Amino acid sequence: MIEVVFFASVREALGKDRMQMDPGDIDTVEDLLARLIREEDSPGREVLSGENLLVAVNQTMVEPTHPVASGDEVAIFPPVTGG
Amino acid sequence: MESPRILVQEAPFDAGTEIRHLGAASGQTGAITSFVGLVRDINENDQVAGLYLEHYPGMTEKQITEIVDEAAGRWRILAATVIHRVGQLYPSEEIVFVGMASEHRGDAFQACEFVMDYLKTRATFWKKERTPDGERWLTTRQTDLDAAKTWQR
Repeated sequence: MIEVVFFASVREALGKDRMQMDPGDIDTVEDLLARLIREEDSPGREVLSGENLLVAVNQTMVEPTHPVASGDEVAIFPPVTGG
Repeated sequence: MESPRILVQEAPFDAGTEIRHLGAASGQTGAITSFVGLVRDINENDQVAGLYLEHYPGMTEKQITEIVDEAAGRWRILAATVIHRVGQLYPSEEIVFVGMASEHRGDAFQACEFVMDYLKTRATFWKKERTPDGERWLTTRQTDLDAAKTWQR
């Protein structure tokens, strides 16, 4: 299984902070996002199509083409505002 | 550089204590620089009643460590401390402390500013402001992105 975690406004829009996904035919981050957009039924799901979305796999920032496999933790979040 | 002191915590910190700690790390230290960031009471012309800071436990600490390691690679740093608070904060409260100890002030000043600029644009924290009109998540400021760019080589 792939562990997917959400933060900040993404978490609020989807109404949950984490979920698990069966890897199925997911090869990359892009595939994972596409499946989420197709299958999520929360009203805030358009946040997943946002152009400023950031993704990390196993706590390292990645590009959408990055591979994803079972056992990975994929985090999806908006641009950061720390400091 | 000795192992950096990096903390992400709800509890407040004491900048004076942290500066003394940095000074004690090495007998070669000639300069200590520091930065403290506070919660402002006005943002974009709105009164700020409170600020909630969310983070990604594990990744946030890892990133701050990477940022400090990058600074130590560019400048001669003897000791470094980064403390970033999370949770519910209020105007005038201290949010973040960055401190650097070096033999000379040039490296200490530059490393401190570099770490702050990268903290603003890379570290996985998110701020949610509470104003009289409601709550809003902040977005990355262009000025912060521009500042971070100036360090690119």
